[in-house]
Amino acid sequence: MGGSIDIWRPSADNQLLLKRAKLLAFLRIFFAQRDVVEVDTPVLSTTSVTDTNIDSISAQVNGANCYLQTSPEYFMKRMLASGVGDIYYLGKAFRDGEQGPRHNPEFTLLEWYRIGWDEIQLMQEIEDLFSLLFQYIDRAQPRVSRISYGHAFRERFNADPHQCDLQTLQRLAVDLGYQNWGNESRANCLDLLFSEKVEPKLPDGLVFVYDYPACQAALSQTQSDCSDRLVSRRFEVFLDRMELANGYFELTDASEQQQRFEADLMARVDAQKPSLAVDEKLHRAMQAGLPSCAGVALGVDRLLMQLYGATSIDEVLSFGWERC
Amino acid sequence: MANYSTNEFRSGLKVMLDGDPCSILDNEFVKPGKGQAFNRVKLRNLKTGRVLEKTFKSGESIEGADVMDMDMQYLYDDGDFWYFMEPVTFEQHQASETAVGDAKLWLKEQDTCVVTLYNGAPLSVTPPNHVELEIVETDPGLRGDTAQGGSKPARLVTGATVKVPLFLDQGDVIKVDTRTGEYQGRAKD
Repeated sequence: MGGSIDIWRPSADNQLLLKRAKLLAFLRIFFAQRDVVEVDTPVLSTTSVTDTNIDSISAQVNGANCYLQTSPEYFMKRMLASGVGDIYYLGKAFRDGEQGPRHNPEFTLLEWYRIGWDEIQLMQEIEDLFSLLFQYIDRAQPRVSRISYGHAFRERFNADPHQCDLQTLQRLAVDLGYQNWGNESRANCLDLLFSEKVEPKLPDGLVFVYDYPACQAALSQTQSDCSDRLVSRRFEVFLDRMELANGYFELTDASEQQQRFEADLMARVDAQKPSLAVDEKLHRAMQAGLPSCAGVALGVDRLLMQLYGATSIDEVLSFGWERC
Repeated sequence: MANYSTNEFRSGLKVMLDGDPCSILDNEFVKPGKGQAFNRVKLRNLKTGRVLEKTFKSGESIEGADVMDMDMQYLYDDGDFWYFMEPVTFEQHQASETAVGDAKLWLKEQDTCVVTLYNGAPLSVTPPNHVELEIVETDPGLRGDTAQGGSKPARLVTGATVKVPLFLDQGDVIKVDTRTGEYQGRAKD
C-alpha cells in the first residue's frame, strides 16, 4: 500500500464511508432519543492524562506546550461536576505511538456518562445499543455474555488474578513472552496474559468482562466481590473478541483520585516516560463534586471493523495515517 | 552491535535472542486500551531454523546480531568443510557440515550461493533456486516415452535423489528447483 500510486485516495472504499456515516447518524439518534446531550469538548488542552500506558501527542500553541486529548474524559467530568446532566461525545481522540492493524494515532471515540447509574446499568444500555444497531443494519442479534475477569482468567491459567502472588504472574508471563517479563508489574503481566491467552478464547458475539483487578482500576471505584476479593468496578466490551469499549462506575472521591494520579506519576518515572502535571482543573471539579455516575468509551473505528469484517483499521478510516 | 527497539523491528532484521542470532519474520503491535503495549514477534533462529514467537514490551530493546548475507562462489569440499569464495576479494571461507546442512545436496562447483555470515563465519548456506546437475544413476531410460506420465528416482552427481520422467538416462543433465527438490526439465545445452 505504502508506495502505491493511489496514495491520494481515501483508505476506505466509498461503501464503507457511507456505512460510517450511517453509524454516526445512528449513534446520535440513539442518544437523542434517550435525552443524552452531545457535548463538543476541546481536543487541545494544556494538560493531559497521567496514565502510564497512554502517551499524548504534544503541540505548540501560542508558544506554549499543549496536548491533543487522548479522550474527552477530563473535560466531560468537569461538565458533569458543573451539573450538565447525561452527556456524550462523538469525535476524535489522539494517542501517540499507537499504530497497527487495530490502532491509528487519531481515532474516533464515543464516550458517554450516565448520572446516578452504576456499571451494571450502563452495561445494559450498551447491550440495548448493540441490539438496536444490529436491527438497524439488518443483522441477526448478537449473542451476549457476561463473564467476570477472574472467571475468564482462571479458565486459562488456573490462577486467581486478584490474589495469586506477583511471582506466579511473572512466571506465567515469562513462559508466554520473554525473560524480561520477570521484572514486570502485576498490571503489566496481567495485560500480557489476558490479551494473549484469554481474549482469543472469548465467546462469539458481544461479551462484557467485568470486575477487573484492583491494580487496573484506573478511575473506577473498587469494591469487595462475592469472595471478598478487592476488584475494580470496571468492565470491557468485546465484539467477536475485539476490545471495543472500557467502562467504569466512576470514582468520585477527589483525594483517592489524587493518590492514583500520583501513583501514575511515580510509575511514569519508572517507565522513563515524560513527566506531566496533574490536571488541577479536574481536581478542583472533583472537589466541587462529581455526581455518582457510570461512563464508558467505545472505539467507533473498531466497531466498524467488526461490523463489516475489516482486518485493518485503515479499511474503515477516510484516510489512514499512511495517507495523511 | 547496535540495539534495536521494538518500533524498529521489521521483517529481515537480525537480532540476538537467548544467545542465538535470529531473523525477524513478523512484528505485530498489540495494546489493550488502558494497558501495557507490546509487540508479538515471530523470529527464525538462524542456527536451528526453528520459528519462535516472543512477546516484547513495546519500547524494549534487544541487541542486533552481526549477521550478513553475501553472494559467494562455491569452490569444493574436503569431506570436513565446504569452501566458498567472495567474488571481489577472493577471500575464502570454510563452512562446517552443520552450516551447509541440506544445501550440500545442491552445491555444484562454481555456482554462486548466498552464504550467511555470523560474526564473520558461515552460519548457513542457501543454494541458487535452480541448479543444473548430472544424473549419475537411474533405471535405463525408455526412449520415446515422453508423453506418458510416470516417474522414477534418479541420483544426481551431488548425491541428491530426485524424481524424474521415465525417458531420462544416466549422463543427462537436468534442472532442479532446490527449494522443493523437484525436477524442472532437461538442461538446455
